[in-house]
Amino acid sequence: MTTAVLPREDYLNTDYSLRSWLLTTDHKRICILYLVTITLFFAIGGAFAAMIRLSLATPTGSLVSDETYNKLFTMHGIIMVFFFLVPSIPATLGNFFIPIMIGAKDVAFPKLNLASWYIFTIGGCFTLWALITGGVDTGWTFYTPFSTLSSNTNVSLAALGIFIAGFASILTGLNFMVTIHRMRAPGMTWFRMPLFLWSMYATSLIMVLGTPVLAITLLLVAAERLLHLGIFDPARGGDPVLFQHLFWFYSHPAVYIMIVPSMGVVSEIIAAFSRKRVFGYEFVAFSSLAIAVFGFLVWGHHLFVAGLSVYSAMVFSLLSYVVAIPSAVKVFNWTATLYKGSISFATPMLYAFGFIWMFTIGGLTGLFLASLGLDIHLTDTYFVVAHFHYIMVGGAIMGYMGGLHYWWPKMTGRMYPEGWAKIGALTIFLGFNLTFFPQFILGYMGMPRRYHVYPPEFQTLNVLSSAGASILGIGYLIPLVYLLWSLKYGPIAGDNPWNAKGLEWQTTSPPPKHNFEETPVVTEEAYNYGGLEESHVG
Amino acid sequence: MLSGIPLFPEEASTLATKVDALYFFLVAVSAFFVVLIAGTILYFAIKYRRRSEDEHGASIHGAILLETVWTIIPLGIALVMFIWSADIYFQAYEPPKSNSAVNVYVLAKQWMWKFQHMDGQREINELHVPVNTEIKLIMTSQDVIHSFFVPDFRIKMDVLPGRYRTLWFQATKPGTYHLFCAEYCGAGHSRMVGQVIVMKPADYQAWIAGGVGTDTLAAAGQKVFTNLACVTCHSPDSGARGPMLSGLFDQKVRLQNGQTVVADDAYLRESIMDPGAQVVAGYQPIMPTYQGLVNEEQLLELIEYIKTLKPAPSAPTVTTPEPDGHAAAPKTPAMSSPAGAPAAHR
Amino acid sequence: MADIASTEAVHPAGLQHHFDSLEQQSDASTLGMWVFLVTEVLFFGGLFTAYLVYRSTYPDAFAVASKHTLIALGALNTAILITSSLTMALAVFASQEGNGKAVIRFLVMTWILGASFLVVKGIEYTTDFHDHLVPGAHFFIEGTNIGHAQLFFSLYFIMTGLHAIHMIVGLGILIVMMYMAGKGKFTKEYHIPMEVAGLYWHFVDIVWIFLFPLLYLIDRHK
Repeated sequence: MTTAVLPREDYLNTDYSLRSWLLTTDHKRICILYLVTITLFFAIGGAFAAMIRLSLATPTGSLVSDETYNKLFTMHGIIMVFFFLVPSIPATLGNFFIPIMIGAKDVAFPKLNLASWYIFTIGGCFTLWALITGGVDTGWTFYTPFSTLSSNTNVSLAALGIFIAGFASILTGLNFMVTIHRMRAPGMTWFRMPLFLWSMYATSLIMVLGTPVLAITLLLVAAERLLHLGIFDPARGGDPVLFQHLFWFYSHPAVYIMIVPSMGVVSEIIAAFSRKRVFGYEFVAFSSLAIAVFGFLVWGHHLFVAGLSVYSAMVFSLLSYVVAIPSAVKVFNWTATLYKGSISFATPMLYAFGFIWMFTIGGLTGLFLASLGLDIHLTDTYFVVAHFHYIMVGGAIMGYMGGLHYWWPKMTGRMYPEGWAKIGALTIFLGFNLTFFPQFILGYMGMPRRYHVYPPEFQTLNVLSSAGASILGIGYLIPLVYLLWSLKYGPIAGDNPWNAKGLEWQTTSPPPKHNFEETPVVTEEAYNYGGLEESHVG
Repeated sequence: MLSGIPLFPEEASTLATKVDALYFFLVAVSAFFVVLIAGTILYFAIKYRRRSEDEHGASIHGAILLETVWTIIPLGIALVMFIWSADIYFQAYEPPKSNSAVNVYVLAKQWMWKFQHMDGQREINELHVPVNTEIKLIMTSQDVIHSFFVPDFRIKMDVLPGRYRTLWFQATKPGTYHLFCAEYCGAGHSRMVGQVIVMKPADYQAWIAGGVGTDTLAAAGQKVFTNLACVTCHSPDSGARGPMLSGLFDQKVRLQNGQTVVADDAYLRESIMDPGAQVVAGYQPIMPTYQGLVNEEQLLELIEYIKTLKPAPSAPTVTTPEPDGHAAAPKTPAMSSPAGAPAAHR
Repeated sequence: MADIASTEAVHPAGLQHHFDSLEQQSDASTLGMWVFLVTEVLFFGGLFTAYLVYRSTYPDAFAVASKHTLIALGALNTAILITSSLTMALAVFASQEGNGKAVIRFLVMTWILGASFLVVKGIEYTTDFHDHLVPGAHFFIEGTNIGHAQLFFSLYFIMTGLHAIHMIVGLGILIVMMYMAGKGKFTKEYHIPMEVAGLYWHFVDIVWIFLFPLLYLIDRHK
């Protein structure tokens, strides 16, 4: 590795002008554009989170007004969900590595890919504008009739921003699906594809099928506010609960948009750092698709106390348990992959371990919420808040960080500092658990979510949580600093620093503009690390 | 250090113990799997740690048997959870059919809880109920969606505008318990809190008796009924322009379009607010809407009054004289009689 | 046009750098459009769901309200759109033959038909406005619950309005196609943009084929 040099020409150094970046159709450069954009959004969303936790350190809510607090958690949710988590892995790592991992020169529609970034950024600007000119206070869920009849904040503007950004999501999903279908290199059959591609395919499917429904739903909310159409207005016979059905039809699958890509990243990391084929490849691959399909049938579990008939509640409950099974299958397969592997404790692997543990807790607590009788007590409490942060932060972001570290040398040509990276990963892991584990207990104690003031007996747990949040915040700053540092001072990584399999490691680091000098031909399955042949395991 | 932190709330209703049992089962299952997975990962990671740079893992593809086992076992456990929890859901959301339940009307609005007891007591953000008695809450919202949540009872239900929803509980311990609004409802959401005060039967009786001399809910409803001159049509004398209301509640009604509905709270509410929606067979859709003329509280009173109208007794009673000398003062005994209404004015 | 194709034997006209062959490029574009149409189905699907929910909740009000739609204009528009689908199909066929002039001719016809659809729709909206059918303070329909009838007309305006926006986008696409045809871009080998535009145009027509019976015809006999 010490003798490695940077390639003479790569996608980064072909042209340095601003124009060459803003008009690029190179999927790798578009990845970098997204990376910068979503990092900014993450910082903004994180700042809101910090203020929320600061306010909740005392039960009296004396730091900010009720109205401000409500805007804080609303903007935190909107920005983190729609402008960080949904695009996070697909738009960055997906954009960079889908074409390379299938041996293509680019995605199927490079101009559309660039357009997606512009659409996303414009949508983000609309939402930021809504934020600067007064904010939104409906919660990221926009529940009617509060959002349509009661709130007097910038609901329409924010909804419009999400509506616009939704198209970026749809077009990205469309692009990836077509790319995976039509652009695979010779010999790259479906069952030779790395599992990251399966997970990105499943994610794209959800983006394409779910996002339009969210788009039309938010359009209806905006239209209702501007034109007083009455679709969700009980006074005219409209049904506010219909909104919840439409909203969750997208927004539950949206959770899988956030977590399934991370599952794909973890599959890659586990394979690379155990130097071993992922155990039960087909099961892991198909479980992604199963999650995508079943994910569309469980939205009703958000409405168990909102006015479902008991029988439809039972159907949704049963399906919600079923959708947990493919996730469990993945966890077991990852664990089994470690058996007789050659396991390295490099930072990406630490993140992968963190992911599996946090995701296991997040998934199991999901079963609590799928349980009808228990959900009555738990829904709309901090238990829910803790549960979905275990999925989205402990799961999705851990996977994102792991993937970023794993592929950083490929993307930039330079290594990150391993020691600092381990310290960062550990800080994030500890800070995260200290922040969110107490919230499970708070939730079962009965503290409702979105509460600005709360009874004093909940304070101890809230203080613990706020303390954890400050550690978590520092944890995220550490990688931000050393990754930027590594761009200039990191050691040259070489083409394949991990000795990993996969087409992305066969090209130079960073890759040339068209990814490969000549189109690769694939002759073997993914993760073919060789080693002793053992087809049976006890 | 952590001893000061309670881990779960008080069990103060018949439901609470059942929910907690399921909760502990789930906690146990979760703890088992978390330890199993975290432990196995740590064990493998240490045992098979990389010892030399050019080492490779074994080439293992998978095992159908293992995949089957770890699909079937979680599915089986999930089914147990499903059946157990569905059973509790039914118990929580299907109010008992007994007549001994104490009914309380709940009206939620930004940002307070209003309670109306049958005997006429009205409370804001405080609900007094007797211990060991089934309490049935008939809930609606005046504006946005709220949610009635008492953690110590393990009950919660969203309160919707334009709809009546029924929640029930039976408290098992006298005491004061938190009442929260659990569905985000605007600026004062976290201040839309109150207390449920569970009292020993004797204390409760004293509290009921100590109420200010207000009308019972039904009597208040009767006043509204009279003021709005409902009786002009809804009486045997009026040429049968409107259907008779006596004994109507909870009965099946045939509609114009051939369908049958049960005349429950929701139906009565709709018939007042939107009379044309479900017209009773044999009648013309001539009733005007009372939307805007009656508020949610008066609606509850009207419905409670209609509930007390027992099937027309053959022996007519005397009309209660109305203090305001309403022009259309009822002269129709069968309708205006508060027969069967708890008329014990204090 | 022909000379371009012959001189670029190695790199056919219209082939983008990241594709290996025109066939791959064509397959990708067509698949992309199909996937996009699936998202459109779900986009309108949300509205159809709302329509179904409210229609089954308030069948009588919806029946009364649907009688106030202008069936003659709706039927005329249906005929216009079906005809435009025919001319569009002919335009696509002409492009496959590499007949640029015929492509332009049929595209112009399609464009005129599409524009007339919008004109008729405009007349319809104006009449609706004068008849107090626009939801809001001035809304009035006799003989049923005003709120429920407004729900019908809210859905009517959103659904037909979104459809009209799709028509306008379609007209824009037709102009781009005319421009490309005028530049002689379409050959027997390369006519993907026309195929994709055709798919879009037919889809927008099909949405109307669902809207027309749901909004104008159903329950009219009641």
